[in-house]
Amino acid sequence: MLYSHMLTAIFLIALIILFTRLLPFLFFRGRNPPEILNYLERNIPPLIMLLLVLYCLKDVHWASAPYGSPELGAVAVVIMMHLWRNNALLSIVSGTTAYMLIVKALTST
Amino acid sequence: MIDTKDKNSGTFAVFKAALQKTVPVMFGYVPLGIAFGFLLTQSGYFWLYAVLMSIIIYSGATQFIAIGLFMNHAPMIEIAVTTLLLNLRHSFFGLSLIRKFSDIPRVKPYLIFALTDETYALLTVTEEPRPQSRAQYYLFISLLNHLYWVVGTLAGALLGKVVKTDLKGMDFALTALFVVLAIEQCKQSRSLKPFLIGAVTGIICLAFVPSQYMLLVAILSGTVILLLLRNKR
Repeated sequence: MLYSHMLTAIFLIALIILFTRLLPFLFFRGRNPPEILNYLERNIPPLIMLLLVLYCLKDVHWASAPYGSPELGAVAVVIMMHLWRNNALLSIVSGTTAYMLIVKALTST
Repeated sequence: MIDTKDKNSGTFAVFKAALQKTVPVMFGYVPLGIAFGFLLTQSGYFWLYAVLMSIIIYSGATQFIAIGLFMNHAPMIEIAVTTLLLNLRHSFFGLSLIRKFSDIPRVKPYLIFALTDETYALLTVTEEPRPQSRAQYYLFISLLNHLYWVVGTLAGALLGKVVKTDLKGMDFALTALFVVLAIEQCKQSRSLKPFLIGAVTGIICLAFVPSQYMLLVAILSGTVILLLLRNKR
Protein backbone atom coordinates (compact mmCIF):
# COMPACT_ATOMS: atom_id res chain seq x y z
CA MET A 1 0.00 0.00 0.00
CA LEU A 2 1.36 3.39 -0.93
CA TYR A 3 1.50 6.38 1.32
CA SER A 4 -1.74 8.25 0.78
CA HIS A 5 -0.80 11.79 1.79
CA MET A 6 2.27 11.95 -0.38
CA LEU A 7 1.74 15.39 -1.85
CA THR A 8 0.83 16.96 1.50
CA ALA A 9 3.88 15.35 3.09
CA ILE A 10 6.18 16.61 0.33
CA PHE A 11 5.01 20.19 0.74
CA LEU A 12 5.19 19.92 4.53
CA ILE A 13 8.80 18.73 4.34
CA ALA A 14 9.66 21.47 1.85
CA LEU A 15 8.20 24.14 4.15
CA ILE A 16 10.05 22.86 7.20
CA ILE A 17 13.35 22.70 5.34
CA LEU A 18 12.82 26.24 4.09
CA PHE A 19 12.09 27.31 7.66
CA THR A 20 15.37 25.83 8.94
CA ARG A 21 17.25 27.63 6.18
CA LEU A 22 15.47 30.93 6.84
CA LEU A 23 15.68 30.84 10.62
CA PRO A 24 19.00 32.61 11.15
CA PHE A 25 18.12 35.34 8.66
CA LEU A 26 14.84 35.95 10.50
CA PHE A 27 15.91 35.76 14.13
CA PHE A 28 19.64 35.87 14.60
CA ARG A 29 20.50 38.91 12.58
CA GLY A 30 23.87 39.95 13.89
CA ARG A 31 23.77 38.03 17.16
CA ASN A 32 24.73 34.54 18.09
CA PRO A 33 22.11 31.88 18.76
CA PRO A 34 21.73 30.59 22.31
CA GLU A 35 24.33 28.02 23.33
CA ILE A 36 21.59 25.44 23.88
CA LEU A 37 20.74 25.42 20.15
CA ASN A 38 24.40 24.92 19.41
CA TYR A 39 24.45 21.92 21.73
CA LEU A 40 21.36 20.40 20.11
CA GLU A 41 22.67 21.00 16.63
CA ARG A 42 25.82 19.04 17.47
CA ASN A 43 24.15 16.15 19.21
CA ILE A 44 20.79 15.57 17.55
CA PRO A 45 21.98 14.33 14.13
CA PRO A 46 23.93 11.37 15.55
CA LEU A 47 21.00 10.58 17.84
CA ILE A 48 18.53 10.58 14.95
CA MET A 49 20.76 8.54 12.64
CA LEU A 50 20.99 5.77 15.20
CA LEU A 51 17.23 5.92 15.81
CA LEU A 52 16.59 5.70 12.07
CA VAL A 53 18.61 2.49 11.90
CA LEU A 54 16.49 1.04 14.72
CA TYR A 55 13.32 2.40 13.08
CA CYS A 56 14.14 0.51 9.89
CA LEU A 57 14.44 -2.66 11.96
CA LYS A 58 11.14 -2.19 13.78
CA ASP A 59 9.25 -4.87 11.83
CA VAL A 60 11.85 -7.57 12.40
CA HIS A 61 10.54 -10.55 14.37
CA TRP A 62 13.30 -11.09 16.89
CA ALA A 63 11.54 -13.88 18.77
CA SER A 64 10.99 -16.29 15.89
CA ALA A 65 13.26 -17.85 13.26
CA PRO A 66 15.45 -16.54 11.72
CA TYR A 67 15.65 -14.20 14.74
CA GLY A 68 16.58 -11.15 12.71
CA SER A 69 19.77 -12.79 11.48
CA PRO A 70 19.54 -11.43 7.88
CA GLU A 71 19.22 -7.87 9.20
CA LEU A 72 21.95 -8.20 11.83
CA GLY A 73 24.28 -9.99 9.39
CA ALA A 74 23.79 -7.37 6.70
CA VAL A 75 24.21 -4.48 9.15
CA ALA A 76 27.49 -6.08 10.24
CA VAL A 77 28.60 -6.27 6.59
CA VAL A 78 27.79 -2.56 6.11
CA ILE A 79 29.74 -1.57 9.23
CA MET A 80 32.78 -3.65 8.32
CA MET A 81 32.81 -2.51 4.69
CA HIS A 82 32.47 1.09 5.72
CA LEU A 83 35.23 0.97 8.30
CA TRP A 84 37.44 -0.88 5.86
CA ARG A 85 36.95 1.02 2.57
CA ASN A 86 35.13 4.16 3.72
CA ASN A 87 33.12 4.29 0.49
CA ALA A 88 29.42 4.94 1.16
CA LEU A 89 28.12 3.49 -2.10
CA LEU A 90 30.22 0.36 -1.79
CA SER A 91 29.09 -0.18 1.81
CA ILE A 92 25.41 0.19 0.90
CA VAL A 93 25.58 -2.02 -2.18
CA SER A 94 27.50 -4.81 -0.46
CA GLY A 95 25.24 -4.70 2.61
CA THR A 96 22.09 -4.84 0.49
CA THR A 97 23.49 -7.66 -1.63
CA ALA A 98 24.42 -9.58 1.52
CA TYR A 99 20.89 -9.08 2.84
CA MET A 100 19.28 -10.33 -0.36
CA LEU A 101 21.58 -13.36 -0.46
CA ILE A 102 20.92 -14.28 3.16
CA VAL A 103 17.13 -13.95 2.73
CA LYS A 104 17.29 -16.04 -0.43
CA ALA A 105 19.42 -18.72 1.20
CA LEU A 106 17.09 -18.93 4.19
CA THR A 107 13.90 -19.17 2.13
CA SER A 108 15.25 -21.78 -0.27
CA THR A 109 16.23 -24.24 2.44
CA MET B 1 27.15 48.43 -27.63
CA ILE B 2 30.56 47.87 -26.20
CA ASP B 3 29.12 48.05 -22.72
CA THR B 4 26.58 45.25 -23.27
CA LYS B 5 29.12 43.05 -24.97
CA ASP B 6 31.52 43.55 -22.15
CA LYS B 7 28.82 42.76 -19.63
CA ASN B 8 27.84 39.56 -21.41
CA SER B 9 31.34 38.23 -21.64
CA GLY B 10 31.71 39.11 -17.96
CA THR B 11 28.63 37.06 -17.13
CA PHE B 12 29.98 34.17 -19.15
CA ALA B 13 33.31 34.32 -17.38
CA VAL B 14 31.56 34.26 -14.01
CA PHE B 15 29.45 31.32 -15.16
CA LYS B 16 32.53 29.46 -16.29
CA ALA B 17 34.24 30.04 -12.96
CA ALA B 18 31.15 28.79 -11.11
CA LEU B 19 30.92 25.75 -13.38
CA GLN B 20 34.52 24.80 -12.65
CA LYS B 21 34.02 25.23 -8.93
CA THR B 22 30.92 23.03 -8.89
CA VAL B 23 32.28 20.06 -10.86
CA PRO B 24 33.13 18.07 -7.70
CA VAL B 25 29.59 18.66 -6.42
CA MET B 26 28.24 17.40 -9.73
CA PHE B 27 30.09 14.10 -9.22
CA GLY B 28 28.44 13.82 -5.84
CA TYR B 29 24.94 15.04 -6.63
CA VAL B 30 24.24 13.31 -9.93
CA PRO B 31 24.82 9.72 -8.73
CA LEU B 32 23.09 10.39 -5.42
CA GLY B 33 20.16 11.99 -7.27
CA ILE B 34 19.96 8.95 -9.53
CA ALA B 35 19.89 6.68 -6.48
CA PHE B 36 17.12 8.74 -4.89
CA GLY B 37 14.96 8.90 -8.02
CA PHE B 38 15.44 5.20 -8.65
CA LEU B 39 14.59 4.17 -5.10
CA LEU B 40 11.44 6.30 -4.91
CA THR B 41 9.98 5.08 -8.21
CA GLN B 42 10.97 1.49 -7.40
CA SER B 43 9.02 1.88 -4.17
CA GLY B 44 5.98 2.35 -6.36
CA TYR B 45 5.62 6.12 -6.50
CA PHE B 46 4.89 8.31 -9.50
CA TRP B 47 8.23 9.38 -10.99
CA LEU B 48 7.29 13.08 -11.02
CA TYR B 49 7.08 13.03 -7.21
CA ALA B 50 10.81 12.32 -7.10
CA VAL B 51 11.52 15.31 -9.33
CA LEU B 52 9.14 17.53 -7.38
CA MET B 53 10.87 16.58 -4.14
CA SER B 54 14.29 17.36 -5.53
CA ILE B 55 13.10 20.75 -6.76
CA ILE B 56 11.27 21.98 -3.68
CA ILE B 57 12.85 20.03 -0.81
CA TYR B 58 16.40 19.82 -2.17
CA SER B 59 18.00 18.05 0.77
CA GLY B 60 19.56 14.66 0.09
CA ALA B 61 19.48 13.07 3.54
CA THR B 62 15.97 14.34 4.20
CA GLN B 63 14.66 12.95 0.92
CA PHE B 64 16.10 9.49 1.57
CA ILE B 65 14.69 9.54 5.08
CA ALA B 66 11.33 10.60 3.61
CA ILE B 67 11.26 7.42 1.50
CA GLY B 68 11.70 5.40 4.68
CA LEU B 69 8.95 7.37 6.41
CA PHE B 70 6.55 6.99 3.47
CA MET B 71 7.18 3.26 3.28
CA ASN B 72 6.45 2.93 6.98
CA HIS B 73 3.29 5.05 6.74
CA ALA B 74 4.65 7.46 9.28
CA PRO B 75 2.14 9.95 10.68
CA MET B 76 2.50 13.55 9.51
CA ILE B 77 3.69 14.78 12.91
CA GLU B 78 6.53 12.25 12.87
CA ILE B 79 7.58 13.42 9.41
CA ALA B 80 7.50 17.04 10.58
CA VAL B 81 9.50 16.55 13.79
CA THR B 82 12.13 14.34 12.15
CA THR B 83 12.62 16.80 9.32
CA LEU B 84 12.83 19.79 11.63
CA LEU B 85 15.32 18.35 14.09
CA LEU B 86 17.49 16.74 11.47
CA ASN B 87 17.85 19.98 9.57
CA LEU B 88 18.58 22.35 12.42
CA ARG B 89 22.11 22.44 11.07
CA HIS B 90 20.91 24.53 8.15
CA SER B 91 20.20 27.31 10.60
CA PHE B 92 23.84 27.29 11.60
CA PHE B 93 25.03 27.51 8.03
CA GLY B 94 22.93 30.59 7.54
CA LEU B 95 24.43 32.27 10.56
CA SER B 96 27.84 32.62 9.01
CA LEU B 97 26.33 33.88 5.76
CA ILE B 98 24.13 36.67 7.11
CA ARG B 99 26.78 39.26 6.40
CA LYS B 100 27.92 37.72 3.11
CA PHE B 101 24.35 37.86 1.79
CA SER B 102 23.37 41.24 3.22
CA ASP B 103 24.37 43.35 0.20
CA ILE B 104 22.93 41.10 -2.52
CA PRO B 105 19.18 41.38 -1.86
CA ARG B 106 18.02 40.33 -5.32
CA VAL B 107 19.49 36.83 -5.27
CA LYS B 108 19.35 36.36 -1.50
CA PRO B 109 15.95 34.59 -1.29
CA TYR B 110 17.04 31.90 -3.73
CA LEU B 111 20.46 31.53 -2.12
CA ILE B 112 18.79 30.92 1.24
CA PHE B 113 16.34 28.42 -0.24
CA ALA B 114 19.08 26.49 -2.01
CA LEU B 115 21.55 26.35 0.85
CA THR B 116 22.74 22.74 1.07
CA ASP B 117 25.80 21.39 2.87
CA GLU B 118 27.83 21.34 -0.34
CA THR B 119 26.71 24.77 -1.56
CA TYR B 120 27.53 26.19 1.86
CA ALA B 121 30.99 24.72 1.62
CA LEU B 122 31.58 26.27 -1.81
CA LEU B 123 30.19 29.67 -0.84
CA THR B 124 32.28 29.93 2.28
CA VAL B 125 35.62 28.72 1.01
CA THR B 126 35.81 30.12 -2.50
CA GLU B 127 37.31 33.36 -3.65
CA GLU B 128 34.96 35.35 -5.82
CA PRO B 129 36.33 36.31 -9.24
CA ARG B 130 35.41 40.01 -8.91
CA PRO B 131 33.65 41.83 -6.10
CA GLN B 132 31.03 43.38 -8.35
CA SER B 133 29.98 39.99 -9.74
CA ARG B 134 29.64 38.30 -6.38
CA ALA B 135 25.83 38.07 -6.56
CA GLN B 136 26.03 36.43 -9.97
CA TYR B 137 28.76 34.05 -8.91
CA TYR B 138 26.86 32.89 -5.82
CA LEU B 139 23.68 32.53 -7.87
CA PHE B 140 25.39 30.38 -10.52
CA ILE B 141 26.99 28.12 -7.92
CA SER B 142 23.64 27.59 -6.17
CA LEU B 143 21.72 27.11 -9.42
CA LEU B 144 24.22 24.66 -10.88
CA ASN B 145 24.24 22.50 -7.76
CA HIS B 146 20.45 22.50 -7.67
CA LEU B 147 20.41 21.56 -11.34
CA TYR B 148 22.80 18.60 -10.82
CA TRP B 149 20.55 17.27 -8.08
CA VAL B 150 17.35 17.61 -10.13
CA VAL B 151 18.89 16.17 -13.30
CA GLY B 152 20.29 13.19 -11.40
CA THR B 153 16.89 12.61 -9.80
CA LEU B 154 15.11 12.80 -13.15
CA ALA B 155 17.48 10.26 -14.67
CA GLY B 156 17.08 7.92 -11.72
CA ALA B 157 13.30 8.31 -11.65
CA LEU B 158 12.94 7.50 -15.35
CA LEU B 159 15.32 4.58 -14.96
CA GLY B 160 13.28 3.32 -12.02
CA LYS B 161 10.13 3.60 -14.09
CA VAL B 162 11.52 1.59 -17.01
CA VAL B 163 13.52 -1.04 -15.19
CA LYS B 164 11.37 -3.73 -13.63
CA THR B 165 13.21 -5.29 -10.77
CA ASP B 166 11.64 -7.56 -8.27
CA LEU B 167 14.55 -7.86 -5.97
CA LYS B 168 13.19 -8.80 -2.61
CA GLY B 169 15.22 -7.06 0.03
CA MET B 170 16.33 -4.06 -1.98
CA ASP B 171 14.66 -1.80 0.58
CA PHE B 172 17.47 -2.80 2.91
CA ALA B 173 19.50 -0.18 1.02
CA LEU B 174 17.82 2.46 3.19
CA THR B 175 18.83 0.72 6.41
CA ALA B 176 22.35 0.43 5.03
CA LEU B 177 22.35 4.14 4.17
CA PHE B 178 21.40 5.06 7.73
CA VAL B 179 24.08 2.77 9.14
CA VAL B 180 26.64 4.52 6.93
CA LEU B 181 25.39 7.96 7.98
CA ALA B 182 25.49 6.92 11.64
CA ILE B 183 29.11 5.80 11.25
CA GLU B 184 29.96 9.11 9.58
CA GLN B 185 28.29 10.99 12.44
CA CYS B 186 30.22 8.86 14.91
CA LYS B 187 33.53 9.79 13.29
CA GLN B 188 32.71 13.50 13.45
CA SER B 189 31.15 13.60 16.87
CA ARG B 190 33.44 14.14 19.79
CA SER B 191 31.32 12.25 22.28
CA LEU B 192 29.54 8.93 22.37
CA LYS B 193 26.71 10.43 24.42
CA PRO B 194 24.17 10.89 21.60
CA PHE B 195 24.76 7.34 20.39
CA LEU B 196 24.34 5.81 23.84
CA ILE B 197 21.16 7.82 24.42
CA GLY B 198 19.94 6.83 20.96
CA ALA B 199 20.60 3.14 21.54
CA VAL B 200 18.90 3.06 24.93
CA THR B 201 15.81 5.14 24.04
CA GLY B 202 15.55 3.47 20.64
CA ILE B 203 15.52 -0.07 22.02
CA ILE B 204 13.12 0.83 24.82
CA CYS B 205 10.76 2.55 22.36
CA LEU B 206 11.06 -0.35 19.93
CA ALA B 207 9.87 -2.66 22.69
CA PHE B 208 7.13 -0.56 24.30
CA VAL B 209 5.83 2.09 21.87
CA PRO B 210 3.42 1.21 19.01
CA SER B 211 5.64 1.02 15.95
CA GLN B 212 3.75 3.81 14.21
CA TYR B 213 4.92 6.32 16.82
CA MET B 214 8.21 4.71 17.72
CA LEU B 215 10.42 7.21 15.91
CA LEU B 216 8.62 10.30 17.19
CA VAL B 217 8.59 9.17 20.82
CA ALA B 218 12.22 8.05 20.61
CA ILE B 219 13.40 11.34 19.06
CA LEU B 220 11.52 13.48 21.56
CA SER B 221 12.56 11.49 24.62
CA GLY B 222 16.12 11.25 23.33
CA THR B 223 16.21 15.03 22.92
CA VAL B 224 14.87 15.57 26.44
CA ILE B 225 17.52 13.22 27.84
CA LEU B 226 20.19 15.05 25.84
CA LEU B 227 19.06 18.32 27.43
CA LEU B 228 19.00 16.81 30.92
CA LEU B 229 22.53 15.48 30.46
CA ARG B 230 23.74 18.68 28.91
CA ASN B 231 26.52 19.27 31.41
CA LYS B 232 27.70 15.69 31.48
CA ARG B 233 30.24 14.38 29.05
